[in-house]
Amino acid sequence: MIHQYKNNGYNIVLDVNSGSVHVMDDLCYDVTEVLDRQYGELASESLSSPEISGILERELGSTYKKEELEEALLEIAELVKAGQLFTKDAFAGMVQMVKEHKTVVKALCLHIAHDCNLACKYCFAEEGEYHGRRALMSYEVGRKALDFLIANSGNRHNLEVDFFGGEPLMNWQVVKDLVAYGRAQEKLYNKRFRFTVTTNGVLLNDEIQEFINQEMDNVVLSLDGRKEINDRMRPFRNGKGSYDLIVPKFQKLAESRNQQKYYIRGTFTRENLDFAEDILHFADLGFQQMSMEPVVGDESDPYAIRREDLPAIMKEYDRLAKIMVEREKSGKGFQFFHFMIDLDGGPCVVKRLSGCGSGTEYLAVTPWGDLYPCHQFVGQEEFLMGNVDDGIVKPEIADEFRSLSVYSKESCKNCFAKFYCSGGCMANSYHFHGTLQDTYETGCEMERKRVECAIMIKAALAEQGKEVYHEEK
Amino acid sequence: MKHVKTLNTQTLNNTVKKSGCGECQTSCQSACKTSCTVGNQTCEQKR
Repeated sequence: MIHQYKNNGYNIVLDVNSGSVHVMDDLCYDVTEVLDRQYGELASESLSSPEISGILERELGSTYKKEELEEALLEIAELVKAGQLFTKDAFAGMVQMVKEHKTVVKALCLHIAHDCNLACKYCFAEEGEYHGRRALMSYEVGRKALDFLIANSGNRHNLEVDFFGGEPLMNWQVVKDLVAYGRAQEKLYNKRFRFTVTTNGVLLNDEIQEFINQEMDNVVLSLDGRKEINDRMRPFRNGKGSYDLIVPKFQKLAESRNQQKYYIRGTFTRENLDFAEDILHFADLGFQQMSMEPVVGDESDPYAIRREDLPAIMKEYDRLAKIMVEREKSGKGFQFFHFMIDLDGGPCVVKRLSGCGSGTEYLAVTPWGDLYPCHQFVGQEEFLMGNVDDGIVKPEIADEFRSLSVYSKESCKNCFAKFYCSGGCMANSYHFHGTLQDTYETGCEMERKRVECAIMIKAALAEQGKEVYHEEK
Repeated sequence: MKHVKTLNTQTLNNTVKKSGCGECQTSCQSACKTSCTVGNQTCEQKR
C-alpha cells in the first residue's frame, strides 16, 4: 500500500507496509502514482517489462522524456528490491500470534481523586466525578493497586503509574505515600516504577514541585493556551478563569525540570479552531514540550468538533507544521506531541499491532478500587473488570480488548496511518458507535493529517541536514 | 539516488526480530489521554 501526498513543497511517498518514507522529485512521484494505480504491489523484476514502459509512456509521455521515465523506473526498482516500496503486507499473518500472546499488566491510571477544583466545560470526567460520586482514593486502596500491578506484571521491569483525576493534587498526601510504598517494593520485586502526574496546577506549590521533580518521570500540565481561550473552558467553580493563577506555576515547574519530561497539555474545541495560536502562545510563554488534543464529545455539544470543522482543522495543522519547521531552522524549535514521529527508532511491530494496551496492559483504578479498561471507561458498569481485592473477575472483557487490532477493524484495513495510531482510541469507538470494533472517523481524519505533517517536518529538517529524529527528552 | 531521498534506514520488518519486549511506555500514559498515538512512542531498546 502506497500513500503519497504533497505538503509544503515536498512530494512524500509512504510505503505503508514497510514504513519507509521517501521524498521524491516530480518525475519519480508521478511514476510511482501510475504504478500504484495500475498494480498496487510490484516485484522489482517486473519493472523492466515492456508492458510497464508502455503504460508509463502512454500516461506520462507528454510530460517526461522516455529516458527520464526509464531512469525513474531504475530507482524505483532499487527501492522495491530493498523492500522499501510496493511491499506486501507481512503482518496480517502475524496478528493472530500477537493477539494470542499472553499479556501482563504494566501500567495503571490511578484515579487518586474523583474531585476537582476547576469546572472545565468539556471534562469527560464531569468535573472529576465520572458520572458517580466525589471520592478520594485511600492509601489502602492505592497500596492494593500497586500490589495488584506488581503481581500481574510478569517479567516486566518497567511499570507505569499515572496519578490522575479529577485533580490528584487534592489528595496529595496519598500520592506521596504511594510513591514511597512503590519505591520500597521496587527493591523487593526488581521493578522500576515510572510515576507520572496529570494536574491542573491550582494547588501546585514549591513543596509539591520539588517532590514531582524528584519522583515523577513525566508531568502533564493542563492549560488550553491563550488566556481568553483557557478561561472560557477552564474556569473555577465560581466562574473565574484559572490562567493567571496557573501559568506562573507551570512556567516555574517547566524551568525547574530544565524544560524536559513534562507536557503542557491543552484541549482545543470548535471555539478555537485557530488552535495553532494557542500552541504558539505556549512557546511564547517559554514552554518547549507541548500537546494539544482535539476535544472529544457528542456533536450536539456546542464546543464539540464537528465534521464540518475538519477543513479548518486540517489547514491549521498544516500552518502549524510550517511554522514549526521555520522555528526549528531559526533555533527556536519546540516539541509538539502529535507531530512527533520516530521513523527509525519507533515502536516495534508487535506494539503497533497491539494498540494502546487498554483493557490488557493498561487499566484504570477508581478511588474505591474498581478496575476498568482505561480512564475513559470509568463509570460504565458494563466495563467493570474487577477490583484491587479480587483482581480481574471478568477476563472476557480483557479478551475482547486483546482481540482488537488494525486487522480486526474494517475501517482500518485500507488506512495509510494504521501502523501509527494502531487502530485508534477504543473509548472513542465505543462512545460514538457502541462497539469497540469501529473507529471515530473525525478523529481518524485528524490523525491522518498529523501523521502527514509529522513526516513533512522530517523531510524539511532532513533537507536542512538537521537531525531527522528529534528525540523526546 | 538522483530522484529519491529516503528518510529512514529501518523498515517495520526489521523490528520483528526484537519485537514485543513490552518494556516501552504505554501510549496513553504520555500526554494524550483522549486519543491513541502509538507511532510517536520510542522503542525502549533504542535508549
